[in-house]
Amino acid sequence: MLSAPEIKKLEETANNIREDIIKMLVEAGSGHSAGPLGMEDIFTALYFQILNIDPKNPNMPDRDRLVLSNGHICPVLYATMAHRGFFPISELNSLRKLGSRLQGHPHREALLGLETTSGPLGSGLSQACGMALAGRLDNAKWRVYALLSDGEHDEGNTWEAIMFAGKYKLHNLTALVDRNNIQIDGFTEDVMPLDDLKKKYEAFNWHVLEIDGHNIQAIIDAFGEAETIFERPTVIIAHTIPGKGVDFMEGHFEWHGSPPGTIQPVGAPAKGQQAKIALAELRTLGGKIKSEHE
Amino acid sequence: MINNQANLNPKLFLEDIEQVPTRNGYGEGLVLAGEEDKNVVALCADLTESTRTQAFAEKFPERFFEVGVAEQNLVTVASGLAAAGKIPFTTSYSTFSPGRNWEQIRTTICYNNQPVKIIGSHAGISVGPDGATHQALEDLALMRALPNMVVISPADAIEAKKATQAIARNGKPTYLRLSRDKVPVITTEQNPFEIGKAEVFYEGKDVTIIACGQMVYRALLAAKELEEHKISVRVINCHTIKPLDKKTILKAAEETGAIVTVEEHQVTGGLGGAISELVSQNYPVPIKIIGIQDRFGESGEPNELLEKFGLTVENIKKAVIEVLRKKT
Repeated sequence: MLSAPEIKKLEETANNIREDIIKMLVEAGSGHSAGPLGMEDIFTALYFQILNIDPKNPNMPDRDRLVLSNGHICPVLYATMAHRGFFPISELNSLRKLGSRLQGHPHREALLGLETTSGPLGSGLSQACGMALAGRLDNAKWRVYALLSDGEHDEGNTWEAIMFAGKYKLHNLTALVDRNNIQIDGFTEDVMPLDDLKKKYEAFNWHVLEIDGHNIQAIIDAFGEAETIFERPTVIIAHTIPGKGVDFMEGHFEWHGSPPGTIQPVGAPAKGQQAKIALAELRTLGGKIKSEHE
Repeated sequence: MINNQANLNPKLFLEDIEQVPTRNGYGEGLVLAGEEDKNVVALCADLTESTRTQAFAEKFPERFFEVGVAEQNLVTVASGLAAAGKIPFTTSYSTFSPGRNWEQIRTTICYNNQPVKIIGSHAGISVGPDGATHQALEDLALMRALPNMVVISPADAIEAKKATQAIARNGKPTYLRLSRDKVPVITTEQNPFEIGKAEVFYEGKDVTIIACGQMVYRALLAAKELEEHKISVRVINCHTIKPLDKKTILKAAEETGAIVTVEEHQVTGGLGGAISELVSQNYPVPIKIIGIQDRFGESGEPNELLEKFGLTVENIKKAVIEVLRKKT
């Protein structure tokens, strides 16, 4: 168990990184907002607490492998990696620009520390399965972490991988599903119903945990429990709020693929004010605390 | 005349030349590759016996993974294995892999640059009775268009064996095209094989036939018959469609001034396309492409189909006469 101050520190880290996500998206002028904000607590827990990684030695052979399947939420990956020391935070401004290491969707060969190239949905879990198999063949101690969106469970390839991991009992693999209930065309249960996701995974011989994806302690505990499960892969269904931390984005699927200042959904602040308001809200945790910037 | 340095089968033009499917050569080569490097692993999508992955699976059960009928998972699991240092060979029929899973191959293998081997068996019209659904005629085009991908179509079983061993060592995404039906064994163990190096099997100066896969044999038969009519034909076995052996092909364009290409594939985007792109931009000469004419196959015996779809010695000879007439 982490102490209360340690948890608080991680929460602050997550919020600081959220600010950078907003800034880099505004600078880029395109990209996905809701998913990255919703996944920041999980990325912070992974990069600052769970993963055995070394930013100074990104190719360390016995490192844990993190596979981001839904590559479109890469702003959260890049921003977290930068804060963890993989590259300068100032480089976040180059997102989606010509010549940048921070491609619009992550490309392994562009940036040290990325394990895969991703974007097209549904193929990350399979790649994580392959890595887990290789690790097992080599009697390696490292683990594989696959991060998936809920929407990409529409893809057949995802279910092929779920079957495969169950068959091969890949207990060195932990998957986490970002259950934020939105995808581009709307709410997941309207586009293509996914529930009961827990029962579905269980039917494929997975160990399933469900958590609040914004509770840092719960996230750390779940990843810890996954390590204790033998002969079965574990999936953590993390319930997250898309756009977490920015009131006018939270729960609105319109923000899936757009940065602040580019769209005008009903009820949102005027375009020109969106970025400013988003940053102010993140700094004050929705008015709950006083910003250190004020 | 035959290029003696190519060490071809002495029984090349005899009736009783040995006939073996190229998939058999793959099966043997895979076991050899597995013995040579413990990082070689194999995956199959419910076609282990017919793709000849069986021998490897029996010899190295811990390094064989049965994926089930799931070609998208086949290549993406392989991508992950490669990312962690393995050399994965994935096998299915060409229409399914690389047919069904092209995007996964593009993103997770080619762009991601992982040395996964895509082994597509049952390519070409000579698949026979299974019909058009199982006769891959577009696979070379699909794979050739992808950056980082190496594309190989061996002429016979011995070459398929050598190619399998060679691609285990090449460190690159690679597509290997195999046939279901028995094809004449035209090469020998002594015949040199190098990825990206086209071989002159028959020496000639009037015209060049460039072929791949089992069409190399028919090209050789055509060359021999034409020689009897005082037409001197060069035959090149272009087993590597990507990267092309530019030097050997442009030399042939320059020295013989006319080219016929032959492949068991659509005339669009395959060997003929690759040769035309190279020759037209560097040393334009008349070219005739022999292949499937923008249509699907059908059921029938392999030889009936090759006949019906025009992949015959007679048609190759006709094409040679045609390009010779266009020569300036």
